Amino acid sequence: MSMEDAIMNDMTQIDQGVAVDELKMQARNVDVFYGAGGGTRSAEDMAADKAITHAIKHVDVDIADKTVTSFIGPSGCGKSTFLRVLNRMNDTIDGCRMTGDVTLEGENIYDSKVDPVQLRAKVGMVFQKPNPFPKSIFDNVAYGPRIHGLARNKADLAEIVEKSLRRAAIWDEVKDRLDAPGTGLSGGQQQRLCIARAVATSPEVLLMDEPCSALDPIATAQVEELIDDLRSRFSVVIVTHSMQQAARVSQKTAFFHLGELVEFDDTDKIFTNPSDPRTESYITGRIG
Amino acid sequence: MLWILITLLALGALGFVLGRQRAVASAGGDARILHSLPVYYGTNVTLLTLVPALLVLGVWLMAQPIVIDRVISAQLPDSYVAEAASRDLLMTEIRRLADGIDTAVERGAFNGRHALDLSVGDDIRQQLADAGVALGADVSPEVLQAAQSFREMSGAGRTWMTVAVFALAVAGLAYAYLRTNKDLRARNRVEYMILGVLMLASTLAILTTVGIVLSMLWDTRNFFQLYPWQDFFFGLEWRPSFEGNSELGLIPLLWGTLYISFIALLVAVPIGLFAAIFMAEYATKRVRSVAKPLIEVLAGIPTIVYGLFALITVGPMLRDYFAAPLGLGNSSSSVMTAGIVMGIMLIPFVSSLSDDIINAVPQSLRDGSYGLGATQSETVKQVVLPAALPGIVGAVLLAASRAIGETMIVVLGAGAAARLDLNPFEAMTTVTVKIVGQLTGDTDFSSPEALVAFALGLTLFVITLGLNIFALYIVRKYREQYE
Repeated sequence: MSMEDAIMNDMTQIDQGVAVDELKMQARNVDVFYGAGGGTRSAEDMAADKAITHAIKHVDVDIADKTVTSFIGPSGCGKSTFLRVLNRMNDTIDGCRMTGDVTLEGENIYDSKVDPVQLRAKVGMVFQKPNPFPKSIFDNVAYGPRIHGLARNKADLAEIVEKSLRRAAIWDEVKDRLDAPGTGLSGGQQQRLCIARAVATSPEVLLMDEPCSALDPIATAQVEELIDDLRSRFSVVIVTHSMQQAARVSQKTAFFHLGELVEFDDTDKIFTNPSDPRTESYITGRIG
Repeated sequence: MLWILITLLALGALGFVLGRQRAVASAGGDARILHSLPVYYGTNVTLLTLVPALLVLGVWLMAQPIVIDRVISAQLPDSYVAEAASRDLLMTEIRRLADGIDTAVERGAFNGRHALDLSVGDDIRQQLADAGVALGADVSPEVLQAAQSFREMSGAGRTWMTVAVFALAVAGLAYAYLRTNKDLRARNRVEYMILGVLMLASTLAILTTVGIVLSMLWDTRNFFQLYPWQDFFFGLEWRPSFEGNSELGLIPLLWGTLYISFIALLVAVPIGLFAAIFMAEYATKRVRSVAKPLIEVLAGIPTIVYGLFALITVGPMLRDYFAAPLGLGNSSSSVMTAGIVMGIMLIPFVSSLSDDIINAVPQSLRDGSYGLGATQSETVKQVVLPAALPGIVGAVLLAASRAIGETMIVVLGAGAAARLDLNPFEAMTTVTVKIVGQLTGDTDFSSPEALVAFALGLTLFVITLGLNIFALYIVRKYREQYE
C-alpha cells in the first residue's frame, strides 16, 4: 500500500466517522409510484400493477451533515424524483405515491404529525430552471422569512435579505437595485437569487435539482463555488447530469439507474474505483 | 340574380373537370409526372373562372344604384328641386315610382310597351294602385320622366353587368384552361388565391367596423347641428318629447350605466375570480371537468332569460326583503336587481378567462413557492395572483365592456326611467335602453329626439372601445412577461 493510498484510506475513515455522527437525513426502502391514484395499496401490490410507473425501487440513502451529496444517472433514472421525496414536493403531484421511511434528524418526515409545509422550510429547494417570482429582488428573498415570520421587524428582515444575498454571492451585483424585478436579472444571477431565496429561510438541507443545466459555463462556475461555500452551513443534495460537476462539488455520490440506486459511496471512489460494472459503464460513457 | 350565380357555379364546375382532364392528358395519363396533384389544376381553373367574375358582380351590384342616382339627380332641373322639399325626398319619390312601374309590369298589370308610353295624363297613381302599388302623391311630369330614365338605365346596367360577368368568367376559364399543362405550378397558384380570399374576408370585417363607425359619426354630426353638444354631454335631465323642447342630457343615462355596471362587477369579479382560483389551483381533474362546463352554461343563457329572472324573481325578492323593510323604496325594478342579475351573467366571463390566465402561470413559480414552505393559499395570494394580475385585469375590463353594452337585463330589471340617484333600490336606466327607446315606434329621423340615439351609441362605442383597447394593452403586456 502506497503512502497516498494510506492517506486516502485515513481520510475515508474520518469522513465516514463524520457521516455516522452527524447523519442528517436517512432514507430506507423508498419506493415511488406514479399514476397510482388514491388509496393505500402496498408497495408490492403497486409494483405488480403494469399501469403504474414504478419510478424509485427500494432506495436507501444516508445524507450527512455539512456534506455535498450528488445524485447522478441517465435521464429518467429517478434521481429528481428521489430528490423531491426528500422535501415531499411529490405530494403536489396527482397520483404520486411513496412508501418507505425518510427521516430528518431521526424524525419520519412522512409521519402524519409532520406538516409538509413546515418541512419544506427546513429542506429548501432550488430548481433546474431559475424561477424568480415576478417581484422585486428584495421581495423574492424576503418571501420565505415573511411567510414563516422569521424577522422581528423591518431592519431584521433587511438584514436577513442582505445576509442571504451575500451568502449566494450576488449581493455586490444587486445591492443598488433591490427594488428592480428579479425577472430582469441574467440567467446566472437569477439562479443565485433563487439560491439566496432558499437560503433565507435558514434550511437545514438544501436540495438542488440540476441547478446549472440552464446556465453558461461562467455562471456554472460561480454557482459551483457557491455550493462549496454553502457546505459549511448546510448539507447540500444536488442532482446533476454532468459527471464532472458531481466530481468537482460533491463528497458523496449516488448513481441511479432505472429507478434503482446502483451505487452510493464517496465521490472519489465512485469516479476512480466503482464497484458496480454499471457505474463504471456510465462514468466512462458507455451507457447513459 | 339567382340564375347568374347558378350559371357561374356551373361554369366553375365545368372548369374544374376540364382543367383536371387537360392536366392529366398533358402528362400522358400519368399523374405522377404532374407538378401538382390533379385536383389543384381543376381548382385553379375553377377559381380563375369564379373569383374575378364574382368580384365584378359584387362591385357592380353595389356601384350601379349609386351611379344611377348621381346621374338622375344631376338631370333634375334646379328650379324643380327648389320647389320640392329636398333633393333626397325627390329621389326617393322617383325610385319609388320606378320600382312601382317595374312591379306592375312584373305582375302583368302593364305590358312592357305600355309602361314606356305612360304619360302624366294617364292618372298613373290610380293605375298603379289597381296593380297593388301605392304611391304617396300624384306624379308630376318631371318625376315621371326621371323615373322612366331611371328604369331605362337600370335595365341597361343589368344587361351590361350580365354580359361583363359572363365574359369575364368565360375569359378566365379559357385563359386558365389554355395555360394548364403538366409543368404549371397549380398548387402554388391555388395557394395564392386562397390567401387572397382569406385576406378579402378579414378586410371585409375591418371595413364593416369602419363603416359602422362612419355611419354613426354622420348621424351624430347631424344631431349636434340640431342640439348643442354642451347640453348633451353635461345635461342633468333626460326628458325627450316629440313636440320639441326636449332635454337630452347624457349624465343621468351614463350614471345609470356606470352604477349598474359597477354593481354587476361587484358581483361578478369576486365570485368569478374565486371560482377560477378553485378550478385552476384546488379542484381535482374530475371536479374541474364537471364544474367548468356547468359554470360556462351561464354564458349560454340568452340575456332576455336573465331579464325575465330579474323581473319575476330577483326584483320582487329584493323589494320585499330589503328595499321595503329598510324604507329604501318599493320599486321592484332597481339598479340592484339589474346589477345582481347582470353580475351573474358575467361570472363565466371572468371565471373562464381568469382560469386560463391562472393556468398560464408557469408551474415552476408554484414549485418555487411550495419549495420555500408556503401553503397553497399563500402561494396563490402572493405568487400566482400577482403574476396573473395583468391578465385578470384584462378579463375584468372585458366583462365591464359587456356590462356597459347590456340592454335586455336593464330593461326588465331596472326599468326605463332616467334618474340621477344614489339609492340602489331606485329604478334607473342606461344608455342602451334609451337608444332602443328613441328608435322604436314612429320615429322621424330628422328630429334630435331620434338622432340622439346615434350620439348615445357613439358615446357608448367610444367608452367600450377605450376599455377594450386598455384591456388588450394590459393582456399584451402580460404576455411579454412569460414568452
